[in-house]
Amino acid sequence: MAEEIKTGCYICTGCGIGERLDDKQMQTIATRDGKAKFVKSHQFLCSDDGVKTINDDIKSEQLNRLVIAGCSRRAKMNTFEFDNIPTSRANIREGVIWVRPDNDESSETTQEMANDYIRMACAEARTMKQVAPSEEQSTINKNILIVGGGIAGLTAAIEASKAGYQSSIVEKSGKLGGFVANLYKSIPHKSPYNEPQETQIENLIKTAEDDRNITIYLDSIVSKTEGAPGRFEADITKESGASKTHKFGAIIQNNGFTQFDANILDEFSYKTQKNVITQSELESIAKKGKGKIQKPDGKGEIKTAVFIQCAGQRSDKENHLSYCSGFCCSTSIKQAMYFKEQNPDIDTIIMYDDLRVPGVAGEDFYRAGQKKGIVFSKAKVSQVTGDGDNLKVEFKDLILDEDTAISADLVVLATGLVANSGPDPYATPIELDADGKEIENPEVQKIDVTESVLNLQYRQGTDLPHLKNGFTDSHFICFPYETRRTGIYAAGPVRRPMDILQTKDDATGAVMRAISVIENSNKGRAQFPRSGDLSFPEFRKEGCTQCKRCTVECPFGAINEDEKGYPIFNEARCRRCGTCMGACPVRVISFANYSVETVNQQIKNCDMPDEFDEKPRILVLACENDAYPALDMAAQNRIEYSAYARIIPVRCLGSTSVSWITDALNSGYDGIVMMGCKKGDDYQCHFVKGSEMAHERMAKVGDTLESLQLESERVAVHEVAISDIQTAPALIEDMAKVVEKVGMNPFKF
Amino acid sequence: MAIATNQTILIVGGGISGMTAAIEAAEIGKNVILIEKRPFIGGRVSQIYKYFPKLCFPTCGLEINQKRIKQNSGINILTMSQVASVTGSTGDYEVVIKTSPRYINEKCTACGDCATVATSEIDNEFNYNLNKTKSAYLPYSNAYPQRYVIDESVIKTDEGKKIADSCKVGAVDLSMQESETTLKVASIIWATGWQPFDADKIQPYGHDRFDNVISSVEFERMMDPMGPTSGKLVRPSDGRDAKNVAFVQCAGSRDHNYLKHCSRICCMATLKQTTYITDTYEDGKADIYYIDIRAIDRFEDFYQKIKNKDNVNFIKSKVASITEDKKNKNPVLNGVDTEGYHRYANSYDMVVLAVGMQPAMDTSILPKDITINEHGFMENNDNNGGMFAAGCAADALDVNRSVQSATAAALKAVQVVNSQS
Repeated sequence: MAEEIKTGCYICTGCGIGERLDDKQMQTIATRDGKAKFVKSHQFLCSDDGVKTINDDIKSEQLNRLVIAGCSRRAKMNTFEFDNIPTSRANIREGVIWVRPDNDESSETTQEMANDYIRMACAEARTMKQVAPSEEQSTINKNILIVGGGIAGLTAAIEASKAGYQSSIVEKSGKLGGFVANLYKSIPHKSPYNEPQETQIENLIKTAEDDRNITIYLDSIVSKTEGAPGRFEADITKESGASKTHKFGAIIQNNGFTQFDANILDEFSYKTQKNVITQSELESIAKKGKGKIQKPDGKGEIKTAVFIQCAGQRSDKENHLSYCSGFCCSTSIKQAMYFKEQNPDIDTIIMYDDLRVPGVAGEDFYRAGQKKGIVFSKAKVSQVTGDGDNLKVEFKDLILDEDTAISADLVVLATGLVANSGPDPYATPIELDADGKEIENPEVQKIDVTESVLNLQYRQGTDLPHLKNGFTDSHFICFPYETRRTGIYAAGPVRRPMDILQTKDDATGAVMRAISVIENSNKGRAQFPRSGDLSFPEFRKEGCTQCKRCTVECPFGAINEDEKGYPIFNEARCRRCGTCMGACPVRVISFANYSVETVNQQIKNCDMPDEFDEKPRILVLACENDAYPALDMAAQNRIEYSAYARIIPVRCLGSTSVSWITDALNSGYDGIVMMGCKKGDDYQCHFVKGSEMAHERMAKVGDTLESLQLESERVAVHEVAISDIQTAPALIEDMAKVVEKVGMNPFKF
Repeated sequence: MAIATNQTILIVGGGISGMTAAIEAAEIGKNVILIEKRPFIGGRVSQIYKYFPKLCFPTCGLEINQKRIKQNSGINILTMSQVASVTGSTGDYEVVIKTSPRYINEKCTACGDCATVATSEIDNEFNYNLNKTKSAYLPYSNAYPQRYVIDESVIKTDEGKKIADSCKVGAVDLSMQESETTLKVASIIWATGWQPFDADKIQPYGHDRFDNVISSVEFERMMDPMGPTSGKLVRPSDGRDAKNVAFVQCAGSRDHNYLKHCSRICCMATLKQTTYITDTYEDGKADIYYIDIRAIDRFEDFYQKIKNKDNVNFIKSKVASITEDKKNKNPVLNGVDTEGYHRYANSYDMVVLAVGMQPAMDTSILPKDITINEHGFMENNDNNGGMFAAGCAADALDVNRSVQSATAAALKAVQVVNSQS
């Protein structure tokens, strides 16, 4: 039985609203057009008295929907939160009186603007449903799966245990410790940062082995992963073939890196000269000799050791690494100190382009190296060749600006790291034809042939997507742990080149995220950026045409398909952006409080003046995180824009249903402005692909416009950033000018 | 007022690190008190125009974090507050907090009426004092808490009275006094951040003497369309277009006379800032005077992109001095290009000093056994008990690494709380 909807509409007259707008008129609109059962004005709604009034009325009038007309939904957010009552905010402060001039001439259109926002908010509230958390996550597992048993994995497991969480480390090799276990010493982690220090890896391994919260699987891989945060099921398979399924709440992938293959560096004669070695080979020699470093060919002592930085790195040559591996400069300083420790008279020369030892520890260590007599030479090495029992290093001295050469007994190459990422799900983009069948593109070769690490049984591939240079996904700046696979976090050098100190920090942070996803999916709460959101996509199976657009376009790979091609939503994997809703051509996907209907009703409930009234209507769909705040801030700075604009915030422009556009045009809107975030490589969309999807879809709106014989300029899609405080209103003004130029939309009913 | 118990996490500093730590801990249900010295949270990040290397806008991520904070009842924010003293040990700290008066209470709706009637102006701290703001002000458009501040200078004046009378909701309270609060907390995260090294101290560079020598943080404010020059890239001396600009790296960093450490962010910040010039003026030109370009790890791509531009030049040199050409107020850089040892005296429209990061923590209030290294950063180790450094309190870090560090610090604090129960 459908519940009876009782909307209470509260109009704030504070902040100058009462002086600029006729609240009695708005009250009438709310009752008559907005079908509100109960309407009140209050001169200071966000005050204790205002909120108490609302709360009292909720009880006495049994209100189950609320409309708060006053400031922007971004202001006084927690003040206007009422338990279990869907609430819509009519933005008549920032959205109306602050963007309109205070004069007689404008007062009519300003009032009309406010009236429309009342209609829209009432319509939205009516169509919103109360959100109830998903029941999908009824039983959850709190254990953390840690893939990789190096320093990152060990740190993660130990830190998780200290917080009271159990974990399992799955390590491919037969022993724990990873790359660090092969090191003789590590760079210093304590001030004064002037000597190499013990790696302490044995202690770390022992701590993990002795911890009852930690289960260790050696010689094992994750051969299959299904599920979602809180209910992952992973098959851990031993080298012997024995396999068992285990349950987990979250996953941390910290399987490290592989050394860059120095064999391709012919110019440095790595293949042919025994005394040309890599940094990691030098570590093994030093570890074996307990600090004493023997010449690899066994002929005599080392008197001169040359370190070549950026060997095969920061290079645009084929098969070289274009990036910097971050840790090699400090490693070379450390290794040069091994020689100085052995005998201060050994000449150690580090040939570098830029010496990259940032921060406090780095610079101190560099200075300590200089004090110990290590020579730092800004130089570009052209080649290394054999010269009797010695090596000849030819280089351009960039300081003296001359080509020169020196003789060395040992050359150490700083060759860098390659992330052990699994295959990138998006290496070959999925394309669908009109019937939803995947188009095989023979031109696109499967670039990625690497072995899978996680073996995810996801519609969109087996592993975490890559970001750049083969490193696994992670949001670049503000949110370093946010991958495109909810509940799976990358840590350590698999996500970005980093040294031991940073890796330990990174693993600790990843545990924090893992615990967060576990605790929140337990309650049906979304992860970043809509943290805590309880709404989730629901779909009406009867209407679904199995077109697969939702499963393909979800930026987070959250939706699987059943054998018939129907979507299977995994709520705990979902980030609630609504891109699936925007993708669905038959409008069967919705959220309780955000749906095709909630927006459509707002569009339709605006008053649509007659064509001859010369009062056009411009619909603005604005991303709630960037464009909408930009417009709010414009209002704060009293930057004016057209009184004909009606702005609706959307979760992401990717959630925009094409039907909103066609319906708006059909019902008489004269112009439509869509504001989403920057797309492409340097995307600013927090749902990664949402804005891009919207742009793609809207490119096809041209057909609709053509069939209605409307000008294509009437629909504009823009990239708007939160800082576009002046540009965003200007874009609305631009559309107003377009409408002036091309004339009114004849489809006004 | 915040209720604190031995389950509470105190976070000192409301910049990107403090906000991150607060959100991470609160989103798993922990009780957090976040205190901030300034009237708003967001810290230095809110004063940055664009981030490297994506050239996106910091307010975007701040908006998300602010929203997460607004929605989370587990986070209590005390602005204009500082720690006066700390005693106790892991799981049981007693912290005294001093709060300066804002003269505006929580009733404020940010309507701006107070600023409309305010007549006197004060230095605009948010814009590094490059311009003035009203004595009743919102620090910046997206400031959170979205509440005005009244400057102390007008409290006892007629103007103060007018300001108070202008407020229709009773948000102005001129009788507010400095107050002291004592909190019991389980763990403390120090996210006290950094301050730009005072460029005036680098005497040979003349920041205090020459109008057209500015600091990198001032440059960020200048580019903001809402900033002191409304986003116009012009010379401070005469408002002419600043098209030919030099950047001086390690201004105060990697230098025994000033900050010994490398501040990490300045190379990338400068590479980013060259785009401000080349994007604004087709014939714009930037020269970077550097020791090493520390575009570490995946930032290399960005370095290469900038390096490949014809209108950006790199000169390996520690600039010896800056003088001023009296006739046109052009700063002139003097020194030796170490690649080939050529002496130079190059004239520019404007010079930007890439100033270093100085830790902002007042270490005098900390218990003696807390590890502070010689550079003034707090070093995380077991001796520090339930206290942890996050972000630039721990090291010179960029935003991404600060957030990583703060997320880790949040877990360490959560461990302390979880072991209490």
